Amino acid sequence: MLPIGLSFQQAPPISVPFRFFITAPLFLLAAAALLFAYGPDLMASRHSAAALAATHLVTLGFSSMVMCGALLQLLPVLGGVPLGHPGRMAWLVHASLVVGSASLAFAFLSGRPLFFHLALVLLTTAFGCFGLWLVGALRKIREGGASIQGMRAALVALVVTVSFGLVLAAARSNGLAIPYVALASLHPQWGLGGWTVLLIVDLAYQLIPMFQLTSPFPARMTSGLIPSLLLMLVAKTLGEFVSGPAGEAISLAASLGLIAGYLWFAIVTWRLLALRRRKVQDTTLQFWRLGLGLLALSVCIALLSALAGDALPEAWLQMLGVFALPGFILCVIQGMLYKIVPFLTWFHLQSAYPGMGIVPNVRDIHARFHADRQFALLAVALAMLAASCWFPVLSRAAGLLWMVHAAWMEINVLQAAHIFRKVRRVARMRAAH
Amino acid sequence: MSRIIQYLSAEHYQCDNLFAEAECAVAEARWEQAVPFYDQFRNETEKHFRQEEEVLFPAFEQASGLVGGPTEVMRSEHSQMRRLLSRLGHELASRNAEQFLGEAETLLTLMQQHNLKEENVLYRMASQALAGQADILLEKMRALEAQA
Repeated sequence: MLPIGLSFQQAPPISVPFRFFITAPLFLLAAAALLFAYGPDLMASRHSAAALAATHLVTLGFSSMVMCGALLQLLPVLGGVPLGHPGRMAWLVHASLVVGSASLAFAFLSGRPLFFHLALVLLTTAFGCFGLWLVGALRKIREGGASIQGMRAALVALVVTVSFGLVLAAARSNGLAIPYVALASLHPQWGLGGWTVLLIVDLAYQLIPMFQLTSPFPARMTSGLIPSLLLMLVAKTLGEFVSGPAGEAISLAASLGLIAGYLWFAIVTWRLLALRRRKVQDTTLQFWRLGLGLLALSVCIALLSALAGDALPEAWLQMLGVFALPGFILCVIQGMLYKIVPFLTWFHLQSAYPGMGIVPNVRDIHARFHADRQFALLAVALAMLAASCWFPVLSRAAGLLWMVHAAWMEINVLQAAHIFRKVRRVARMRAAH
Repeated sequence: MSRIIQYLSAEHYQCDNLFAEAECAVAEARWEQAVPFYDQFRNETEKHFRQEEEVLFPAFEQASGLVGGPTEVMRSEHSQMRRLLSRLGHELASRNAEQFLGEAETLLTLMQQHNLKEENVLYRMASQALAGQADILLEKMRALEAQA
């Protein structure tokens, strides 16, 4: 029986992914502005109100924002899934994610229950709608191999992350009695090590061999890594709730399993990139390399933390967070964004106005990003942020560097949107004459 | 079932290699080597398009009744790639490295997302619909290969 419903429709309109891509750097900018404004107060603890606000601006407003936009765009391509009402779905998810993320940041900063409630409703709406859309899309794909299984696993992790987050927010605003410390530790592990990393790993399986012309990822990895990581996260969660030495042993074993898994991915990907068949350099490659290096570093600190337990100073744990979130995750996401934005601009223009000779190629569009210089700025901003974990006096300078970085990224995405509109205007004028 | 997928996917791999050689040669200003790599790349790609357009797509359309659907999208992307290929030839002839590399990167991205759709979706659908005809189809594709 053939999957007749597979109509192979073209990608959704460019406005679907672009609204996410245009908004995302603004949240990074807001997080950087918080770092600049609060400085050493923000760096005092991972759990300070300003640190929580900034972290959620990055995880929800930046990284989840880009990933939702990219998936709404990529899934029809990866699996040939036609989208139902892409415009309306994108509008709903985007609007609720924007206002929900901002509300949560306000809630942390002000401590006012109203903002927590607003964030609860809006973020449930955003991820609920997006999750249902993703479930529907994945069900339509009859054969997708490892890639689709990976996306299902990422979706499971998203559901767990959001559920824990909702319970934590309810506890913070209403004083609900919950095992706060355990959930506060599990929520970021499921969010970063689950939803975000599983999705990045899954996309890497497809995108790295295709665009860097590397060998495929080893079959053992594509079939085994994501399910194992998911299993380890489940074990880690159980370990937190089992009391006594048994619980500690489960937690430690799961942590070591996760560390081994992430490290395996970093090493294999690094090696594939080193042996790639395409010899021409591109910026995405630099972003991936830096990201993988930072992933390896954060995994090393996680190992120290698993072995040393509470004896590890707070600065080390902050540095783990820096290397993982604005480090690995941001590098990889920005690298992908700089690949996908010029391509979508070109693809939509070329499809709409073929043969007119007025559409710039992807390299022309990308050249205006000055991605090499921005990559250097990112490296300095990351180093400064890592140093701030030890010397909080540097944190305002780090905030300033990150503000410049985020604003630059925003200008780049807006430039691509501007090129799109300009070429479309010229094409329409020519067609009218 | 998977012989058709294997055969056509191996051609994608081969075309990728030739593309990478041509692109690298231009980036390093080795024009004498770039020309034969580009010629080989264009010939292999054109042969692969013909194998699909003249053998696989018509057989699939007939077996599935899906005319004007996935195969039509693939044909239109082939024509976009043909335009880029001929632009590459033009830039190569005038030894314009910057323009060549720009068009090449555009082509690479288009080509890879096209291959992804074919390997993930279309070839799987086709190999199911055409399970009984694999030998005949492969023979026809090889005949086109001999002509090229």
